[in-house]
Amino acid sequence: MKKFKEKLSGRIFFILALSTISALVLITIFIFVEGMPLIAEVGLFNFIFGMVWSPSQGHFGIFPMIVGTVSVTFGAALIGIPVGICCSIFMAEFAPARMRSIFRPAIQLLAGIPSVVYGFWGLIYIVPIIRDRLGGPGLSVLAGSVILAIMILPTIISISEVSIMALPRHYKEGALALGMTHWQTIWRVQLPAAKSGIVAGVILGIGRAVGETMVVIMVLGNAVALPESILDPVRTLTTNIGIEMGYAAGKHQQALFATGIVLFILIMILNITAQIITRRKSK
Amino acid sequence: MIKLNPHTAEKLAKGVIWTVALMVIAVLIFIIVFILYRGLSVINWEFLTRIPRRSGREGGILTPIIGTLSVTLLAILIAMPFGIGTAFYLAEYTKDGILTRIIRFCTESLAGIPSIIYGLFGFIFFVQILDLKWSILSGGLTLAIMVLPTLIRTSEEAIRAVPKTYREVSFSLGGTKWQTIRKAVVPSAIRGIVNGLILSVGRCVAETAAVILTAGVSLSMPKSVLDSSRTMAVHFYQLVIEGISMTNAYGTAAVLIILVFFINVVANMLINRFVAKGR
Repeated sequence: MKKFKEKLSGRIFFILALSTISALVLITIFIFVEGMPLIAEVGLFNFIFGMVWSPSQGHFGIFPMIVGTVSVTFGAALIGIPVGICCSIFMAEFAPARMRSIFRPAIQLLAGIPSVVYGFWGLIYIVPIIRDRLGGPGLSVLAGSVILAIMILPTIISISEVSIMALPRHYKEGALALGMTHWQTIWRVQLPAAKSGIVAGVILGIGRAVGETMVVIMVLGNAVALPESILDPVRTLTTNIGIEMGYAAGKHQQALFATGIVLFILIMILNITAQIITRRKSK
Repeated sequence: MIKLNPHTAEKLAKGVIWTVALMVIAVLIFIIVFILYRGLSVINWEFLTRIPRRSGREGGILTPIIGTLSVTLLAILIAMPFGIGTAFYLAEYTKDGILTRIIRFCTESLAGIPSIIYGLFGFIFFVQILDLKWSILSGGLTLAIMVLPTLIRTSEEAIRAVPKTYREVSFSLGGTKWQTIRKAVVPSAIRGIVNGLILSVGRCVAETAAVILTAGVSLSMPKSVLDSSRTMAVHFYQLVIEGISMTNAYGTAAVLIILVFFINVVANMLINRFVAKGR
C-alpha cells in the first residue's frame, strides 16, 4: 500500500508537470491552424508587407501595424530602459534599507495595477497634454510610448536588481579597495558584470511592450497608416486583434489569427533570446 | 568630452539616480491619487451592491464584481493542482535533465506570451471548438493557463527554500517520499505557495484582453459557469471606450485599484513572514 501510494504520487506529479508543455503546444497549434490558411492564400509577403488593411474588400496587409508596434515599442524602450536601470541601481546600491522597503512593494503595485487603468490615465491625462502642448490628435505614438514605458518598468527593475544583487561581494569590495568611488564601482565593475541579467530584463520588458493590448487600444488612435511623426496615431498588431475580434467572422477572423501568428513569433523570439542569455549566465 | 573628477561624477550620478527613482514613485502615487480622487466619492454601498442599469450608466457594479469573483475563483481552482503539482515535480521528484529543461522552457515562454494571445487561443479552443461559448468557464480556463507560470515559479521557490534537514530527518525516520512531502515539506512551504496563489488572483483581477475574448461582455446576472459575464476590468474598459459613464468608470477603477492594493499588501505580509521564518 505504501509503495503503491509512493508510485501513484510520483506519477500524478509527473502528469501535472506536463501541463505547461501541453498548454504551449496547444496554443501554438491552434493559433497557427486558424491563421495559416489566410497567410497561405494571401501570400506571406503580401500579408507582412501589404499596406492596405480592409477585410471587407479582401485586403489583408499588416505592414502599418508592424511599423506601429515597432515604433511604440522603440519609444517605450527609449524611455523605459534608462529609467528602469537607474531604479535597479537605486534599489541595489543607493537606497537605504527603509527606502527599499517602500520602493519594492511600490514597484510590485505598479506591476499589479490593471493595464486598462494605465490606458485610462493615459487617455484622460497624457493624451490631452500632448494634444494641447505639442499638437496633433494627442492619440499618438508618443502617448503610447510614455505609458508603456511606465508599464515595462517593473519587469526591467526586478530582473536587473536581482542580477546586480546576485554579484559576488568581492567584486564590489575589490573595486572599492582599489580606491574606486562607489559610482565608478557600479559603472565599471557591477553593471558590466550584471550585464546579461540586465539585458534579459530589458528584453522581457520589450516583450511586454510588444504584447500589451488594452493600453494601446486606448491611447494610440488606432489609425491604419504609417506614422510620419511621433505625434501621429498608429495601430499595433495587438490592437488590430483586440478591436476587431469582437465582430470578425470567416476570413476576417482568420486574418486576425494570422496577425496573432506574427505577434506570437515576435514574442517567442524575444522570449527565447532572454532565456538563452539567462542560461548562459547561470553556467 | 570633459573628464569629470570622479567625486563630482559620483555626486552627479547619485543625484540623477535618486531623482529618477523618486520620480517613478511620484508617477505611481500620482496615477493612484488621480483615480482615487474622483473614484472614491463614487463608491458607496449602493454602487457595490446594485446591478448596473442602462449599460452601466446607472446602478452599481454588482454583476461585474460577481463576474470577477467567479472567473478568478475558477481560474485559481483549475490552475492550483497543475501549478503546484509541477512545482513539486520540479523541486522534489526529478533531477535536471532534458524533460525539466523543456518544462522550464515552456513555463518561461508561457510567462512571456501576451494576454491577447491567450485570449485568441481561449476563443478558438474553449469558446468555439469545445463549444463552451462566451462563459465564465471559458474565461476561467483561459486565465488558469495564463497564471500557471506565476504559480509554478513561486511554489517551486517556496519548496526549494525548505531546509534540506527537514527532509533528511523525515527520511531517516523511515518516511517515504510522499510522506516526507506531505508532513515535512508542505507545512513549511505553504506560506510561499499561498503567496503565489494570491499573486495569481491579482493577475486574474487585472486581466482584460484575455477575458473579454473568452468570458464575453454580458451584463446580466450569470446563473451558472456556462453563462457569459463581464469582469470589473472589462466593465471599466467598456464604460471608457464606449463613453458610457465617466463617473462610474472612475468608481470601478477605484474599486480595482483598492482590490489590487489589498492583494499586494496581503502577498507582501505573507512573503515577509515567510522570509523571516526561513532564516
